[in-house]
Amino acid sequence: MTDSLVRTLAADLAPVSPWYVARKLTVGVGVGVVLSAVLMLLVLGLRPDITHMMGTGIFWLKQAYTLVFTILAGLTAERLARPAANARQRILWLLIPLLLVFGMAAVQLSDVAAGARMPIVMGGSASVCPWRIFFFAIPPLAGLIWAMRDLAPVRLREAGAAVGLAAGGAGAFIYALHCSEDAVPFIAVWYTLGMALSALLGWIIGPLLLRWR
Amino acid sequence: MEGLEGDLRALMIASLDGDAAAYRVLLETIRWRLRLYFQRRLSQDPAEVDDLVQETLIAIHNRRGTYDRSQVFTAWIFAIARYKLVDHFRRSGRRRSVPLDDAASVQAQDESSGADAAHDLENLLSKLPAATQALIRDIKVRGSSHAEAADARGISETAAKVAVHRGLKRLSAHVRNGMDAK
Repeated sequence: MTDSLVRTLAADLAPVSPWYVARKLTVGVGVGVVLSAVLMLLVLGLRPDITHMMGTGIFWLKQAYTLVFTILAGLTAERLARPAANARQRILWLLIPLLLVFGMAAVQLSDVAAGARMPIVMGGSASVCPWRIFFFAIPPLAGLIWAMRDLAPVRLREAGAAVGLAAGGAGAFIYALHCSEDAVPFIAVWYTLGMALSALLGWIIGPLLLRWR
Repeated sequence: MEGLEGDLRALMIASLDGDAAAYRVLLETIRWRLRLYFQRRLSQDPAEVDDLVQETLIAIHNRRGTYDRSQVFTAWIFAIARYKLVDHFRRSGRRRSVPLDDAASVQAQDESSGADAAHDLENLLSKLPAATQALIRDIKVRGSSHAEAADARGISETAAKVAVHRGLKRLSAHVRNGMDAK
């Protein structure tokens, strides 16, 4: 019985690229990002001053901060998609953008009078920002879960959280093209929270959706 | 063990590049390792063990793209096997914890259990008369026939049979007493 199985499997062998895992995850997140971008353009639209803002540092800081989360969490997911691979180092990389942006936010807040700090942190859209990021993270999260189900994660919660965070970064990247908040403390708190919500969702649904047979 | 790991990894890399002959050898080799792995952790139900071996081979095949060529190959294999085992317990509704084990400890257990058995056997045999010890070693351990062993000791075949039979009886009595004492 097992003999014939071995024969069948050997006959079914086709070469596999070393980039198989990375490619699969990239396709998953890519399809989701396109869908999120279309939704964002239809529902919210680009920020009206985007051409002017593209000449400023804060615009690119927002794009870079969110993109770095997608890439680093994506690389962590690339490890967690492989049985027995070590993902610890790649998780630690995430501390760099986090510390950098919170450090910049602290510097910006220390420059203003104490009473002016809270309005800077809250901006004009703190109550909707994390939820919108969370919303735009769902299509890339769906794409990444689809990809992950063909791979072989064995720590389903961690893998779920990693793809959740990568999707959160992608959702925030898309939302940043609409959002006209330009204070680093706002980005540090609410963008990070939005991405964290998506990671939390991944952590919760990982064991339910990533199980493979 | 390092030699085996190196061989298997080389076979796996050739398989990932599409070498079906290498792949067959690889699957044949890991198939027996998987059987041992599941036998040790499951009830001795052979059908259950067989199912898990096959499921794991299929998973290895379908998800072979998740093997990173710089990774320890046996660690990858046994991580998949362990996932399958946990999944099996989960589906069969049994709550059992599966100890975390990497490939190294799996291998170590393989070797030490063999060494333990040999050591135990020597201990037991030493309790018998020298002539009986020699007969049991020849017939039961090395696999000679009664006639050959009897010839070598210069006794009749019947005498050899009787001696071996009595010797084994005494050994099993020893084992029983030993277990009762524990």
